[in-house]
Amino acid sequence: MSDIRNSNPGGEDYEPQVTASGVDAVGLAAGGSADPLPGEDKSYSQGQLVARRFFRHRAALTSMIVLGIIIVVAFTSIGVGDIPGWWPKDYRLQYDKIGDGAPTWEYPFGQDTGGKDYFALVMRGTQFSLIIAFAVGIISTIVGTLIGALAGFYRGWLESILMRVTDVFIVIPLLVIAAVLGKTASSWGILGLALVLGLVTWTSLARLVRGEVLSLRERDFVLAAQAVGTGPWRIITRHVLPNAVGVIIVSATLSISAAILLETSLSFLGFGVQAPDTSLGTLISDYQAAFATRPWLFWWPGLMILTIALCVNFIGDGLRDAFDPRQNRTKD
Amino acid sequence: MTTLDISASGPATATGDAVLAFEDLTVTFKTEFGDVHAVKGIDLEVRPGEVVALVGESGSGKSVTSMTALGLLPRNARVGGTIRVGDKEVGALDGRGLRNMRGNDVAMVFQEPMTALNPVLTIGDQLTEGLQLHGIAYGKQATARAAELLAMVGIPEPERRLKQYPHELSGGQRQRVVIAMAIACDPKVIIADEPTTALDVTVQADILDLLRSLKDKLNTGILLITHNMGVVADMADRVAVMLKGDLVETGTADQVLNHPRHDYTKRLLAAVPHLGSGPGQFGDVAPVEAAAEDLPALDLNNLVIEYHRLGKPTFRAVDDVSLSVAQGEIVGLVGESGSGKSTIAKCALGLIPAASGSVSILGTGFGKLRGKELKALRKRIGVVFQDPASSLNPRLPIGDVIAEPLVVHKEGDERSRRRRVLELLDAVELPRSVYNRYPHELSGGQRQRVSIARALTLDPELLVADEPTSALDVSVQANVLKMFTSLQERYKFACLFVSHDLAVIDLLAHRVVVLQNGRIVEQGPREEVLHHPREEYTQRLIAAAPVPEPLEQRRRREARHALLNKLGEDIAELHVDDDYERPTPRQDEGGNSSGLGGLLGGGS
Repeated sequence: MSDIRNSNPGGEDYEPQVTASGVDAVGLAAGGSADPLPGEDKSYSQGQLVARRFFRHRAALTSMIVLGIIIVVAFTSIGVGDIPGWWPKDYRLQYDKIGDGAPTWEYPFGQDTGGKDYFALVMRGTQFSLIIAFAVGIISTIVGTLIGALAGFYRGWLESILMRVTDVFIVIPLLVIAAVLGKTASSWGILGLALVLGLVTWTSLARLVRGEVLSLRERDFVLAAQAVGTGPWRIITRHVLPNAVGVIIVSATLSISAAILLETSLSFLGFGVQAPDTSLGTLISDYQAAFATRPWLFWWPGLMILTIALCVNFIGDGLRDAFDPRQNRTKD
Repeated sequence: MTTLDISASGPATATGDAVLAFEDLTVTFKTEFGDVHAVKGIDLEVRPGEVVALVGESGSGKSVTSMTALGLLPRNARVGGTIRVGDKEVGALDGRGLRNMRGNDVAMVFQEPMTALNPVLTIGDQLTEGLQLHGIAYGKQATARAAELLAMVGIPEPERRLKQYPHELSGGQRQRVVIAMAIACDPKVIIADEPTTALDVTVQADILDLLRSLKDKLNTGILLITHNMGVVADMADRVAVMLKGDLVETGTADQVLNHPRHDYTKRLLAAVPHLGSGPGQFGDVAPVEAAAEDLPALDLNNLVIEYHRLGKPTFRAVDDVSLSVAQGEIVGLVGESGSGKSTIAKCALGLIPAASGSVSILGTGFGKLRGKELKALRKRIGVVFQDPASSLNPRLPIGDVIAEPLVVHKEGDERSRRRRVLELLDAVELPRSVYNRYPHELSGGQRQRVSIARALTLDPELLVADEPTSALDVSVQANVLKMFTSLQERYKFACLFVSHDLAVIDLLAHRVVVLQNGRIVEQGPREEVLHHPREEYTQRLIAAAPVPEPLEQRRRREARHALLNKLGEDIAELHVDDDYERPTPRQDEGGNSSGLGGLLGGGS
């Protein structure tokens, strides 16, 4: 980049009314002022501005840290697959019970009826719940974005078909279709379940993206791109979708927390994750009878679900505020 | 900074105590980038029956100043100093007091009448709402009063209009309704924030006539906020010039517009294009060199463009238009909103299809091309749009924006593209450092320069410019126009220049085409069309365009009224009957809760 110097060919008089247009040049705050603003000389991209606002959102930042800790602990403690973790006990083995299995230093989350270490079990369930949630989030985002973008950009018969398909998916009760398909798909393992859930939960995102694309495709820069001869694929991927990324990311985040709850409900009803795999919903379902006598068997997975869903929602809120700060910075 | 007050020697234009006074007004906004001082201690007075124009470019703080008088500022604003409306001090009022003051003592006329009116309520509902809230009239009386108000502002068939919705009225009529709402409670002062900016020139002239007769007949003070020097010359008794939150100069209209003292005012006035002075103000336009046998850069033949609407008859936006742009020629396309000028521009770009007729670029027709050939043809056309805020992709840095056409047409490699971008940045007089900047970091004028650079990337033979300077401040517009003429001289592109501003067209067009309702009214060389118009419509357009010189503008105004009289049309004015009773609003101090008190009051 050495050839792009900060040289200014016209000197200060390239815009002779520097003083008059100085406000315009800063163009940041409502009302405007020529007072030098901090960071004025630094070049912020839209992404950097969003990140800056996100990291100032305290609840979102805290949630991000908490979720990060949960993810790290869930995956390192009992290990993934054949890789062992740092937690000494195995979720498959039954240990001697201490008392009635209430939490102790030895077994911080207590033990279940058979003497299994409940901490290891909950971590195993958390792993599966997280994998399903993120896989569902990613799949539904990809499908929803694709369908929404195609429908919004091309309009016409393609839009009619895609949106009617979306309507059909919306009117089918989510829990019923997920239960029916989920039962079959569970035999392919948890990713099969994630795939099925992802393929039935993309509808709201598709509608949001379509709406966003509908308004973006009328913007002048899209017209300018068309006038220059840009192909539709390049317009969608380079000019339209990057500008809809706020909507997409926020919606994807919220769909992750919805997926956690959906998976929990399904597993609780017995249609979700099947033994020998386990998830937080399965754990609650398995030990629901023990709620009165051994409440920790309910509270730990319940608390986990609550914390993860809450964290993801707060992150979504933070992202939404960061992308849509309700101040029109491009106004001038 | 001290205000240069040059009004001392002038005669006082109005008497009586001020109806609106700002004393040492400061406004500070708290933003994420620290405090922004929008208004830095200004003093200003508006007296009864006087129009004070507050002039400045975007971001100078003029709208913020006016909003303080209504107590309507966002939460992050801090207001210092005193604001007096009549005998009330705005800062000392609570919520109830403020609501009582708004409408009764001070009213507002907004820029965009479509958004200032609620689209789901009828005109009648919106007019009577204010009357009822302030206890002036209720029920049938309120409806009758609303009809009277509509008649006053010159809306025909007021009773029928009361039952209509805003979308059923034209832009000018909507603005009249907004004015009727503003005078409903007979305020002492009206704040008009760019009241004519969103309107066509002929409608603007009518609305200004109406406002002028309003202050004469009702003795209302008007604080007129505008960036248009022509409007100032037409309306203002006194002028205050704002720059970055400071008042730099105040004085009578004649003093400020004809004998400005402050450098900024002088620069601002020099930047206003003068209709009738021809090219040369911002650089000369090169003569057309194309020979008669050369193919025209753009040739429209009997062009018809139609919009198909669901459940409604097809709308013919452009009807049988034939025009051509020779190589190296700038053709100005003028017309009011809805005349189809932007539609023609889009059709010339191949963005919308023609229903019949033909569009050809250097002899190649748009109609039958597909795929590669179409892409090749588009390479020869550049485009600049009006709105600098939306014409650049906010996610791409400027370097990528300008290089995009090269990438699309797979021309050159990384190095040569960058060389071309830097060359273009130099040509549009932007510093090379903007290469890595993002559009939101640039001012409107700078963004428009980027737009022009992008349009020139592929060295097009034809440039279509759709109102390229309409969204810019005058001083910025002057610089962009200056740059535009020099670029045209250098690159010799032909240009279809769409604008509603006759003065801008007068500066740079070789030929002018005047459109009305999708049809060509008149076309010919610039001097002929703009200086000796043959058609009545063109005469009207030219007569309605205000010039920034009070005496000249007065002469033009009278000439326009004479023209209207000759054509047998009314001049817009406020119709006040002799037995017009001024409403006495209920002074809501908590005591009078019957709500009918206001009706018992007498006339003025």
